[in-house]
Amino acid sequence: MLSRVADSIYWLNRYVERAENIARFVDVNLNLLLDSPSGVTQQWEPLIMTTGDLHLFKQRYGEATAENVIRFLTFDSDYPNSILSCLRFARENARSIREIISSEMWERVNDFYLMVQDACQVENSPNWSEFLQKVKLASHLFAGVMDATMTHNEGWHFGQIGRFLERADKTARILDVKYFILLPSLRDVGSTLDELQWIALLKSASAYEMYRKGQHRITPTAVADFLVLERNFPRSIRFCLMMAEQSLHQITGTPISTWRNPVERTLGRLRADLDYLLIEDIITTGLHEFLDNLQQQINDVDTKIFETFFALQPIPANA
Amino acid sequence: MQFKNYDPGDFYDELFLAKGKPRPAATPLADRVNALPPGELLRRQEAAQVALFKLGVTFNVYSDGQGAERIMPFDIIPRIVSAQEWEHLELGLKQRVYTLNLFLHDIYHDQKILSDGIIPADLIVSASGFLQPCMGLKPPGDIWCHITGTDLVRDREGQWFVLEDNMRCPSGVSYVLENRRVMKNTFPQVFETMAIQPVEEYASHLLETLLNLAPPNLLDPTVVVLTPGIYNAAYFEHSFLAQQMGVELVEGRDLVVADGYLQMRTTKGLHRVDVVYRRIDDIFIDPKVFRADSLLGVPGLMDVYRSGRVAIANAMGTGVADDKVIYAYVPEMIRYYLNEEPILQNVPTYLCWIEEQQKYVLEHLDTLVVKAANESGGYGMLIGPHATPEQRQEFADRIKAAPRNYIAQPTLNLSRVPALMDGEFEGCHVDLRPYILYGKDIFVNPGGLTRVALKRGSLVVNSSQGGGTKDTWVLAQ
Repeated sequence: MLSRVADSIYWLNRYVERAENIARFVDVNLNLLLDSPSGVTQQWEPLIMTTGDLHLFKQRYGEATAENVIRFLTFDSDYPNSILSCLRFARENARSIREIISSEMWERVNDFYLMVQDACQVENSPNWSEFLQKVKLASHLFAGVMDATMTHNEGWHFGQIGRFLERADKTARILDVKYFILLPSLRDVGSTLDELQWIALLKSASAYEMYRKGQHRITPTAVADFLVLERNFPRSIRFCLMMAEQSLHQITGTPISTWRNPVERTLGRLRADLDYLLIEDIITTGLHEFLDNLQQQINDVDTKIFETFFALQPIPANA
Repeated sequence: MQFKNYDPGDFYDELFLAKGKPRPAATPLADRVNALPPGELLRRQEAAQVALFKLGVTFNVYSDGQGAERIMPFDIIPRIVSAQEWEHLELGLKQRVYTLNLFLHDIYHDQKILSDGIIPADLIVSASGFLQPCMGLKPPGDIWCHITGTDLVRDREGQWFVLEDNMRCPSGVSYVLENRRVMKNTFPQVFETMAIQPVEEYASHLLETLLNLAPPNLLDPTVVVLTPGIYNAAYFEHSFLAQQMGVELVEGRDLVVADGYLQMRTTKGLHRVDVVYRRIDDIFIDPKVFRADSLLGVPGLMDVYRSGRVAIANAMGTGVADDKVIYAYVPEMIRYYLNEEPILQNVPTYLCWIEEQQKYVLEHLDTLVVKAANESGGYGMLIGPHATPEQRQEFADRIKAAPRNYIAQPTLNLSRVPALMDGEFEGCHVDLRPYILYGKDIFVNPGGLTRVALKRGSLVVNSSQGGGTKDTWVLAQ
């Protein structure tokens, strides 16, 4: 498959997944707001911190009011990680590989983009909650249509890698933010407010019901355990890395647990680490440090994918 | 809305003989439309537009930095071509394409037609589409023009004329296929009652035409479609055709010349390419031979091409046949190469480089259409009867400054087809671009792109000038 095409399908999936995750962040915060006792300061700034673009936001908007933050994350066409921008990039990537993906996939992305674009052109703010639901649903629909209509070939596997790396990264980010920024002052620990926030965190990963089935009680350690290490939950970091690794080895034909290129080595090592870690080990070394390191390694995998499969080598002049 | 009140007026109408009197071939359609409940036709028209937009059947608007796409306006009243008429067109187009291919081969080899004095040699040398580096080229099977889109029009009497030949990379066939898909959903009952020839086999024929160019001993030749990229106006079509044929759509940056072959960069290394269906103009193909500043093509491709290690469709150099001055000589070519009379006539054409013809043109600018020999898309054109005195003066100056670059033709009263406009039927002028494939045989796809001037009274059908499209129904015997 053409390197450019593999690159595009990888990013197509990353962008769709990214848009969905932004919708999740915003939606959960909106919900949290409705549950918070009056007088509690609204926590909108941490949301921008999950994106890593606080500096840019401050420059452009100043104060982190609900309205500003939501606008920035959803409809700001100059902000490359807004839902609108993600969809624009996703669509552009899809457009450049229309002959590779199924026409149903193209129609889903196109529809998705048009839906978001229509919403942002309405003068008044939309019903945010309804809009964010639509975004999440459209992302699921895209993933489902891709799964059901595209041959599970090399291109499909590149798409899977893109989706699962993006999801692992975003799960790490929201967990990190909750732990270090949302974490209320000491006297709030164990209070109702704290529990509401942990529930909100689980909900942002659609993990609340599934968590309850396994764990019943809400404790920070158990929530972190579920979102980082749970083997069978599709948004946990470990699950995402397992899936990405499987797709990678489908592409290369190398057996799992062996490696022939730097991507296989980096990703395999990361996944294997998670196989043998206990959440207690992670807490002892520090969850933030752990998550920070994890994100860097995921970035490293992304870089190596680019170098191994997508990079267009310069051609020697006399070739 | 009904056809009862539709008046074709003093024009040749493709569907109606007179007010309330459809042509025999159009009767089932007229009956069906007349039987629709009020408002239904408009609803279907809107549904068809939405369907096309959702399918992404769009063309790009260059100026917009965001890469905005527009849907080509689509009118749901089809144009109908009877079986006998089509048979005549098909024969005429085959004769024309066959001849043009002989011409292309001759012009890049012995140039007999020049030495025999049929066409002045100056005209060839000065044609911007004539490429010196193609002299002596041997494309597989001596076929140069694999894909042709010929523009046809009809005058007030209903006679067909060839308006121009497009041999470099004619576009629009994707609209033919997608319009048909939408029309089948819009008027399924009519398709059941009328014997309409299918257009869907185009992609298979195109693939066969391309495979026909590959070296015969190759088991599984690699065919690619070469596009300038997603910002090109016809990008949708490039990707659509690649998808329909199941071949790779590549850009110049995906390709490289290595080990004497054209190769594409894949996730598993370089892979040899055997046939290129190029959708970029000759001069952008190879910066080492043509335009050095072009990033669209592949350095060194011409060498590989000349050595026969890759085939290109259409062959390099075919653009010389798109020149509107050379077009004027096609009837002569048919007589010269085939010793036959042309089945399809050219529109009468005045060549401004011939003194007395130029004189006539300058004196009659208010009745003529003037065209630049090498522009397309409705650019570089003067429609005399609709132009201001200043515009006419400007063209007169241009003609005098560069007579070789201009031709003029009488303003034809193009035939019309009813179209929906502001909730009424309005007769709109149309042309027709059938697509002709030259592989083992010559194949004319039964249909073609009907372009329609959707501005009241307008004669300009180009999409870049506000034109739209209609489905073209060619009936079976």
